[in-house]
Amino acid sequence: MPRRGGHGSGQLRRRPAPGPALGLPRLLKSAGFRFALLFAAIFSCAAVALVAVLWWATAGALDRQTDVAIRSDAIALAERWREAGVTGLAEAIEDRLAVDVENEAIYLLTDAEGRRLAGNLDRWPAAAEEPGAWFRTRVLHDGVATEARLHRMELSDLRLLVGRDETERQQLRRLITEGVIWASGAVIVFALVGAWLLREALQRRMRPVFVTITAIAGGDLSSRVVLSGRGDEFDRLAATMNTMLDRIGTLMEGVRGVSDAIAHDLRTPIARARAKLEDALADAGEPASAEGAALRAAVEQGIADLDGITRIFQALLRIAEAEAGARRAAFAPLDLAPVLADAAEIYEAAAEARGQHLVTELPERLEMVGDRDLLLQAVANLLDNAIKFSPSGGTVQLSARATPDGVEVAVTDNGPGLSPEDRAHAGERFFRADKARATPGSGLGLSLVRAVAHLHAGELVLEDAMPGRACPGLRAVLRLPRP
Amino acid sequence: MRILLVEDDAEVARFVKKGLQEAGHTVEHAANGRDGLFLAASEQFDLLVLDRMLPGGVDGVRLVETLRSQGNRTPVLFLSALSAVDERVKGLKAGGDDYLVKPFAFAELLARVEALGRRPSVDAPATKLRVADLELDLLSRTVTRAGKRIDVQPREFRLLEHLMRHAGQVVTRTMLLENVWDYHFDPQTNVIDVHVSRLRQKLDKGFDRPLIHTVRNAGYMIRAEP
Repeated sequence: MPRRGGHGSGQLRRRPAPGPALGLPRLLKSAGFRFALLFAAIFSCAAVALVAVLWWATAGALDRQTDVAIRSDAIALAERWREAGVTGLAEAIEDRLAVDVENEAIYLLTDAEGRRLAGNLDRWPAAAEEPGAWFRTRVLHDGVATEARLHRMELSDLRLLVGRDETERQQLRRLITEGVIWASGAVIVFALVGAWLLREALQRRMRPVFVTITAIAGGDLSSRVVLSGRGDEFDRLAATMNTMLDRIGTLMEGVRGVSDAIAHDLRTPIARARAKLEDALADAGEPASAEGAALRAAVEQGIADLDGITRIFQALLRIAEAEAGARRAAFAPLDLAPVLADAAEIYEAAAEARGQHLVTELPERLEMVGDRDLLLQAVANLLDNAIKFSPSGGTVQLSARATPDGVEVAVTDNGPGLSPEDRAHAGERFFRADKARATPGSGLGLSLVRAVAHLHAGELVLEDAMPGRACPGLRAVLRLPRP
Repeated sequence: MRILLVEDDAEVARFVKKGLQEAGHTVEHAANGRDGLFLAASEQFDLLVLDRMLPGGVDGVRLVETLRSQGNRTPVLFLSALSAVDERVKGLKAGGDDYLVKPFAFAELLARVEALGRRPSVDAPATKLRVADLELDLLSRTVTRAGKRIDVQPREFRLLEHLMRHAGQVVTRTMLLENVWDYHFDPQTNVIDVHVSRLRQKLDKGFDRPLIHTVRNAGYMIRAEP
């Protein structure tokens, strides 16, 4: 079984991707959110364009219509003036005012001194003195101040003002403006709702892929993306992904087959060699000479060495097994407290034999989901290390507690501890700290602990038990988050 | 005991066969799964020792499954080069009674063979186990020697129970780890020795005749005669 040589440190990374937490930076990273934003922008632009066209076609058309009417009226009056002079023009104006039942028309004819000759305005509006031929201003019309559109014409020494009362048009324009404002509000609501729906739809379509990939990352290679059956881009993506997963699955099977084959092809010859040596030993009987005794000792050492090889090999296979994540399929709910108590119970005897104390601080229950055998072995490796590296009379502590994130198991010793450099390497396969060279071990114990921590999406943290002391001890903390 | 060994590796098979014969057992050998299945189904054996991976289309697991489906309850010990935890579980689930990973010490195999071959009968469970003047009461969970009560901890009780159920047989350290602690890997240190020697102190203290004996290169045995 694996042994650590030296203490080791394991930093742990990979945790399953967290659920959809919010916060603006994260939101901006969401493709769904960006698509939704894009949708809202396009929708709003289209709505603005639509309103502009609508405005031009309604309010704008009304204005243009008024101008056309004023212009043709003015041209007709000018024509009249050329045919019948000032009197004819004044009559024409009076005639028009007489038939204007809607009381919309505005006329004013003055001479060069500004005296009124005809029309329904009392005096020339101040705004109409400005240069230019077209004005929009307020005039006193029938004693009421109204908005009017006016056109000025100079006819030799006469000045003619032709206009239309725009009060009703203004009201219409206001109605249209109100309509546009309400419509804009509706556009914003539709844009937001649409964006939200789009994002939801996108997420819903992406979710099966996400779920599958999370499962795969967790080691469950049998998981496949569920197709919607619509045969769209998402289905094509999912189908491609499934093909890829099938391929990876085949490759993994191959790798597994290879390690099975290695296990078989290496163990079988070792078994043969061991059998032969054991056989030879049994046949030889008790040695009669010193030479015979030496030979016997050599054969016994050979057997012990073969067992050592098997042990290292077994440890490597076990680590590979944990790292491949294949064991995650066998995860089951378990109470870790009795598992830890068992480990402590086994090693308590070993500690006592070395004159050490093993103390435990365990809760009544410690529910979690995991692999009992591997967790037991991980804790056993930590205890084995702690006992091996603690001086006689030392104390090894095994403690565990439930944290908000999951479960925390700590093994603390008061041995020499680990230098920061060694800590960085501990947990690498076959790494042994210099101080540990004299202690038996293969340098695989902490590798297994770390692999088991990774398997449970957790981490192994190594730290000084008593920082600042000459002999700081080591505290190995196994943090196992809730799934 | 009459034992059927199904093992394709000639070297290992010869070694196992020879050792078992020297221990006083009769051994039939089949080199592939099909022959093994034929022999196991047609003749009466006290125990089957099967390699987990066998040539000939019928591997160890298939062989046991077939036998069990025919109602054959002969105890089965798997020998296997596959050590993964789930391989062991698979073997036991298929109907195997014990699982030993290659390479193994012959003493380990022999101890397991004898433990399996002479399993206590399940039909009439004993409530008391006795070895010489040592008595273990399974109901009241007490241990007495020559009428004197001996205080043992729960785990020590289970350890003693396992030894006493196999009184007169060698029980290896690995067997104790697996059966008493449900621990399926090598704990590196001599933890079992420490536990056994503690138990031994409690039992033998004040008595002339030791009951728990260490068997060199193998394990422990509890027996009345020295």
